[in-house]
Amino acid sequence: MNRKLTNWALGVGTPFLLVAAWWMFSENSTNTFFPPLGMILERFQALWLFEHFESDVMLSLRNLVVGYALATVIGVGLGFVTALMPVARWALDPLIHFLRGIPPVALVPIFISLIGFGIEMRLVSITLAAMFPTLIATVDGIRSVDSTLKDVSSVYRLTRAEKLAQVYLPAAGPQIASGMQVSLQVAFVVMIASEMLGSSQGIGAMTLLAQQSFMTSDMWAGILLLGVIGFGANLVFEVIKNKVLAWYVGSKRLARS
Amino acid sequence: MKLQEKPVTVNNAAAVPPRLEVTALSKTYGSGPSAKCVIEDLTFTIGTGEVVCIVGPSGVGKTTLLKCLAGLQPATSGTAAIDGRTIAGPPAEMALVFQDYSRSLMPWLTVRKNVRLPLRHLRLPEAELNQRINTALEAVGLAHAANQYPWQLSGGMQQRVAIARALAYRPEILIMDEPFASVDAQTRFELEDLCLKIREDFGMTILVVTHDIDEAVYLSDRVVVLGAKPARVLDVVDIDLPAPRDQISTRALPEFAEQRTMVLSMIRKPA
Ligand SMILES: Nc1ncnc2c1ncn2[C@@H]1O[C@H](COP(=O)(O)OP(=O)(O)OP(=O)(O)O)[C@@H](O)[C@H]1O
Ligand SMILES: [Mg+2]
Repeated sequence: MNRKLTNWALGVGTPFLLVAAWWMFSENSTNTFFPPLGMILERFQALWLFEHFESDVMLSLRNLVVGYALATVIGVGLGFVTALMPVARWALDPLIHFLRGIPPVALVPIFISLIGFGIEMRLVSITLAAMFPTLIATVDGIRSVDSTLKDVSSVYRLTRAEKLAQVYLPAAGPQIASGMQVSLQVAFVVMIASEMLGSSQGIGAMTLLAQQSFMTSDMWAGILLLGVIGFGANLVFEVIKNKVLAWYVGSKRLARS
Repeated sequence: MKLQEKPVTVNNAAAVPPRLEVTALSKTYGSGPSAKCVIEDLTFTIGTGEVVCIVGPSGVGKTTLLKCLAGLQPATSGTAAIDGRTIAGPPAEMALVFQDYSRSLMPWLTVRKNVRLPLRHLRLPEAELNQRINTALEAVGLAHAANQYPWQLSGGMQQRVAIARALAYRPEILIMDEPFASVDAQTRFELEDLCLKIREDFGMTILVVTHDIDEAVYLSDRVVVLGAKPARVLDVVDIDLPAPRDQISTRALPEFAEQRTMVLSMIRKPA
């Protein structure tokens, strides 16, 4: 119990100390690249919480959420098809493994030239790039479903729908979730990158613009916001994952003890 | 012609119509130079309402045989048939309790939901569904664990969940692969008697693989002794013990010791 408390204190205390140190050392900073933290926070409030909240923050978040949701649905769906249909498996496997090798951000220029700079481009980039980790994890997850569980499903003559929804999906669940977590990070990176490349709206665009016009406080404020969003998104993901996969978390904890 | 069938009389193999017929069954895993012939030319029958045990050394191919009977694996040659119909896929009237009980339960479902899963597509009325689940769980003594997850239970308890799942399914033919291997002696006796009781209550035909010769003799109308590599039927021993059987008095009978010795000598006999 005491140990847990110490760990908690360390986890909360360390970032707190770092921020405090940042605050202290930057307080009288005249270096234009490292403005005082107080100033950054001021700009943070002014920029993101009011002025650009609707036009940029919400826009970025909407792209992220919609793109990620699409990526998950398509990734899991295609993963099932690829893993369970022999034809699709032969046809798609090499292609998937080639495409997964391309860094996600490198896809963005292709989409710019194909569909331009608009919102569609950003959504398509996010969706496509974020789809692969989920897709690959789903395929792996379904292929490694225990053969005894498959035999049980056959002996008790479960319907096809039951096999998919009641056996394969939950059995592959932990692996799918790991894939989805990577997808979330990819979606986030591509969201920013797609905004930095030629867009004039969104958090990424604003941050890059600030840097290019030497408004360093604004730039730092943007980076801070991205950090907060990334952290928050991951936190939400973890909470949901631990709820949905409570059986898995529980059985792993029991197996370790 | 079904109508004229007489009620099943135990201990009289000749009068029992064959339910499950295994004819010249053989199974080879793989092909080419790495092919491994596990079962060669097995023939035996099981009558309606009979309890038959299969005994044989580890690795002889008992699980392989059961998988062929359950339609999970195709036989290389020969046939297994239910009521004269060759088994090509999992038959509707059959349930199988797997040897690997810990891997055969869904870890994401509670005990109750594990038992419920195979019943969903039978579209039973809600009341009957619940009644079946409750009866099955009570029969194996796990009513109190209904809302726990399999991984929270001991090995013996998991095994009983797998048995409860099969019982609730109410198959006409129940096949169990070393079902009582990791339960304590007391529970083992209870489950053996449960096995005989469901045969009486539902007229189930039951096939059990076991390592325990006493258990085989106690449960069976006949014991099929497998041996040699690849597996063959060394002998089929008719067990002539009075019904109803009782853990204490039946096991104390001189006939029990006799039949037990007979089965044992079959197993020990050099092939
Ligand atoms: N899928 C498979 N592919 C190849 N060989 C297999 C396969 N399954 C089983 N075997 C082999 O077949 C033989 C018989 O295995 P099986 O599991 O049927 O034995 P068993 O009689 O059930 O043994 P036990 O009493 O230990 O459970 C073993 O030598 C095993 O290695
Ligand atoms: Mg076995």
